[in-house]
Amino acid sequence: MEHTQTAAVDDARHGHGDTSTKTIWKTFWILLCVTIVEVALAFLHLETGFPSRLVLNAIFIGLTVVKAFFIVAEFMHLRHEIKNLILTILIPLMLFVWFIIAFLADGDSWKNMRKDLAPGTPKQTTTVTNEASHH
Amino acid sequence: MDTAVTAKKKWWGGGYSPFNVSYGKLMMWYFLMSDAFTFGALLISYGTIRFMSTSWPDPNEVFKAAPLMGHANLPLVFVSIMTFILIMSSVTMVLAVHAGHQRNQKAVAKWLGWTIVGGAAFLACQAWEWTHLYHEGAWWGRNPFLNMDGTPASTNFTNFFFTITGFHGAHVTSGVILNIVILINVLKGTYEQRGHYEMVEKVGLYWHFVDLVWVFVFTCFYLL
Repeated sequence: MEHTQTAAVDDARHGHGDTSTKTIWKTFWILLCVTIVEVALAFLHLETGFPSRLVLNAIFIGLTVVKAFFIVAEFMHLRHEIKNLILTILIPLMLFVWFIIAFLADGDSWKNMRKDLAPGTPKQTTTVTNEASHH
Repeated sequence: MDTAVTAKKKWWGGGYSPFNVSYGKLMMWYFLMSDAFTFGALLISYGTIRFMSTSWPDPNEVFKAAPLMGHANLPLVFVSIMTFILIMSSVTMVLAVHAGHQRNQKAVAKWLGWTIVGGAAFLACQAWEWTHLYHEGAWWGRNPFLNMDGTPASTNFTNFFFTITGFHGAHVTSGVILNIVILINVLKGTYEQRGHYEMVEKVGLYWHFVDLVWVFVFTCFYLL
């Protein structure tokens, strides 16, 4: 029992008993290539205006998540840990989904209020009527 | 009999860690999770303020300088080099952990040494960037840069930039200090006597986390 336990721990610790550094360098090249693609796209946008800012930002966020995945999964070795540990770390981080949506929406609505309620804006009359009907 | 027990291992049955890692490593994971929320809160508040602003300074205008390049217009070049340095130091850190698994004291010391060099190089780059921005008139409470639409910008931009990159830089600094402490122990043979190099894995987790945060800082401040 003791021996099987140690063997299992050792196995998890060494990945698949892998003694080569191949995965490490593969991860490095992925991270480097993704960063180069990001910078190249930024330059492409600066020079030509393509892709549009919205598309570009979506791509940047997507690629950031890709990089984060490889750092956590391979460098921090989380992919090779047991499920209990993976879930303990990842489930609380899902709070970020709501955290981001709520706060960015809040910021956006704040901006719209400041724009719509600014003195002299054409929208002023309609906004005031809306305000009045609310109260 | 033994194999049967292993196959149906009851992780929560007691007798061993249900996470299959040591106490120290698990606590490092929990600490990093809490730190992720700290950084997340900072970055999301930055996002909220940016969403609330009608316009914002253009990062390609603000971060266009590089050392020794005079007034050349080089957006993203310097920060890409900083990113490369940090990724590279993460790689040397994994190589140190890998060498630790093989109980190769010399290789651990070598790769940990390179990781420290990488961390110091990153900090030097950040010091140059901060100094450069400071001389351009940017600091907490001061913002010389115009918004993208040509209107004067508020100090939100510089306040968030210096606070968040500063907080990250403080993490890099403590990471370098931890790495130096561990390197001294490696050289003294502490872990050789202990029989394992798990301390290298623990500081390694912290170091990769610092790299991970930079990935998000890089996107939020320089790309978006």
